Amino acid sequence: MVIDEEVKSLIQAVDKADSAEGLLEAVKALVAVRHEAAIPTLIEVLGYNNPGAAVAAVEGLIDIGEAAVSHLLEKIDGYNYGARAWATRALAGIGDPRALDLLLDAASNDFSLSVRRAAAKGLGSIRWSNLPAEEVLPAQNKVLDTLLLVSQDVEWVVRYGAVVGLQSLSSATAKTLPHFEKQILARFEQMLEIEPELIVRVRVQLALQQIEEKTGRRGDGGKDNAGGKGEEGKGKDLYL
Amino acid sequence: MGWASSRMMETNPNSNLETYLSAGDSSADNPSLTVEGAIANLKQRKDLGQRYYAAWWLGRFRVREPEAIAALLEALEDETDRTPDGGYPLRRNAATALGKLGDRQVVPPLIKCLDCPDYYVRESAAQALERLGDPTAIPALRKLLDGGVQAARQFPGKPHLVQPYEAILEALGTLQAKDAIAAIEPFLEHFVEKVRYAAARAMYQLTGNPVYGERLVRALERDDLQLRRSALMDLGAIGYLPAAEAIADTLAENSLKLISLKGLLEKHLENQSPAAILSPESIRVMQLMDTLL
Repeated sequence: MVIDEEVKSLIQAVDKADSAEGLLEAVKALVAVRHEAAIPTLIEVLGYNNPGAAVAAVEGLIDIGEAAVSHLLEKIDGYNYGARAWATRALAGIGDPRALDLLLDAASNDFSLSVRRAAAKGLGSIRWSNLPAEEVLPAQNKVLDTLLLVSQDVEWVVRYGAVVGLQSLSSATAKTLPHFEKQILARFEQMLEIEPELIVRVRVQLALQQIEEKTGRRGDGGKDNAGGKGEEGKGKDLYL
Repeated sequence: MGWASSRMMETNPNSNLETYLSAGDSSADNPSLTVEGAIANLKQRKDLGQRYYAAWWLGRFRVREPEAIAALLEALEDETDRTPDGGYPLRRNAATALGKLGDRQVVPPLIKCLDCPDYYVRESAAQALERLGDPTAIPALRKLLDGGVQAARQFPGKPHLVQPYEAILEALGTLQAKDAIAAIEPFLEHFVEKVRYAAARAMYQLTGNPVYGERLVRALERDDLQLRRSALMDLGAIGYLPAAEAIADTLAENSLKLISLKGLLEKHLENQSPAAILSPESIRVMQLMDTLL
């Protein structure tokens, strides 16, 4: 690939940055050109232990999209935990089905709640059209099962992410798999009854309302279940 | 949910930044103690380390049993666990734990701790009293502001001020100490930024004037990450809704932004009728939260 001189010099600026602020600015500038040649450099930034720059690099990789997926998957195994978490977040944001197994595992098993919540959201927005037709249904079944499980996570924010993921999945499968929506709505109704965190219940209500606006169907999400107070889940990990 | 129950349920009704930042996974996920074991460890006198850990553990896992509370109250008067410079580590942990247990019977002994010579015991006690939400603590907290900003100097040779002003101001705000407004207001000009923000937070809680919320919004633009984090927690605690976009945009961890936005939404919903739960404002906050996952 021919790299424009401009991208080359932006990459060099990232390599040469000698302060946290400088690195952040350089990464932002590189991200802005949305050039595939920037991918390896952006992935490298994920390992620098600089949260600001990593956020910008993740956003840049998501922006570039599918072209970044194979690079990310290739690098991810040899990574330290922090960089791995960032890479998982980038893959969750891109939604390419090549990352599906990794996201399924991350959503339910990752040690970090910020990885679990990102993976949960990402599972809902997988680009199914990129998958061979015969693989779609088994994969969608796995995603549904995983998200239903993740909607019982111990951390409120992961359950919140699962609600967002389930809503997206419902919308992506509304035409092909009506029974998915039925299961998702049933789980949402159940969450309105038992979910201890107000904010998660309210997000469920929003999901129900938006699904209803789309389809005209609705469960019993209109009743007031949002009152009452639950305890707040505690965040454990930083920089994510 | 077998996979989930292998993790210890972790809950934290306080979005206090220090608590959040010090929350490690290793000890929290290692429930090697039982309730009986923790109480026994706290009561024994041989191993100071075990007492210290047990006090923290009882608060962490919200052990509200009378025996635990009695043992923690006893630990508030401990004389055995001392730091080289005269601090009382066990008392600090006991005060913090008592704040988490929600039993207001412990308010008078915690008020007594506000006179402890150890700064950190006074700080833990002020934070615990804020959590317990009992307005009878107001006069004693208010008294620690005596002398005003003039007296609120650095403690010679220590990395802290003469009193835990942040904790005191935040507690007075949360406890709705309207009589203390005149005493709090001058702290908006204190030379320590975090103290100024604590004062702004309290002033907003006591007056509802957006001027004070906006001060905290401006803190989100400061260069210092610690200040931005602290402002995120403050804005979440006071539920200043107009800060939502600024919270989503500030340079800090998404985890903290999500906690802050959660606080905003919960505060907003407190004043909504059930029919208005999905108001445009609450939908806006949730849309921001969705983008931060």
